[in-house]
Amino acid sequence: MTVDSYKYLPRSMRTMYESMPVIDEPPAWAPLPKPLHNCTVALMTSAGIYLRDSQEPFDVERERREPTWGDPTYRVIPRDVRSEDIACSHLHISHDDLLEDIDVVLPIRAFSALEAEGRIGRLAEEHYSFMGYQDRRLIDWQTVQGPELAARLKEHAVDVLLLAPA
Amino acid sequence: MPVLARTIENLGIPTVTVTMIPDLAMKFRLSRVVGIEFPFGHNFGTPGNDALMQTVARAACQALEEAGGPGYRLDVDVEWPVPLETAYRTWHPPVPSPIVAEMLKRRQGG
Repeated sequence: MTVDSYKYLPRSMRTMYESMPVIDEPPAWAPLPKPLHNCTVALMTSAGIYLRDSQEPFDVERERREPTWGDPTYRVIPRDVRSEDIACSHLHISHDDLLEDIDVVLPIRAFSALEAEGRIGRLAEEHYSFMGYQDRRLIDWQTVQGPELAARLKEHAVDVLLLAPA
Repeated sequence: MPVLARTIENLGIPTVTVTMIPDLAMKFRLSRVVGIEFPFGHNFGTPGNDALMQTVARAACQALEEAGGPGYRLDVDVEWPVPLETAYRTWHPPVPSPIVAEMLKRRQGG
């Protein structure tokens, strides 16, 4: 089947996205450095989850005051996280299902199983959570958080990053 | 998030993006895109549905292995297991986000 990208979007957003041109930049491409069954894989969600007892929520109060602003920071989520450890600060999606089961947005169980069967080499020890709504702060992602995260991934010998924009 | 994917990939780390809006991801010229026809906030399925989560995770693995260059797209052949009207209504937050509230206000001339 061909996925209908606009099935769950309001019509006005469909019009906006459909009219967007293809970006005028070269395609992004980095080849896998080795076969997938030898690669370390890390996961990233933009569902705005954080560890309720030890991390700050994303700054949704400022977003409420400045609706075109989004918090560009990220949180590190350990591999052994449990659903009851997390909270969510994201004003654009329902939190109900992801709080019931974090794997809805950060599939640690699924990739642990793939690790166990040898489909991937290793699931990384830490994963990452952003708050997906960004309007004017994309420059931060390009110049601050993106490079910082890339360096962190290299430091942890991560070979592949899976992104799941919520 | 396509901006983050591009930034990280351009710094040498291969990425795969599992997204509800694959058309948009392709406009950002990402490397490997896995399309899912799921409501927002549910990239890998419904709570406790490990079989569905596995299906999407395996599609991401397939994309990582099959893509021979940028612009690769693989759509997951799964229908969302909840009727459209319910799924559409329940992915939304309980109150409109600030930007949506502002747009609604503008539209109503407020």
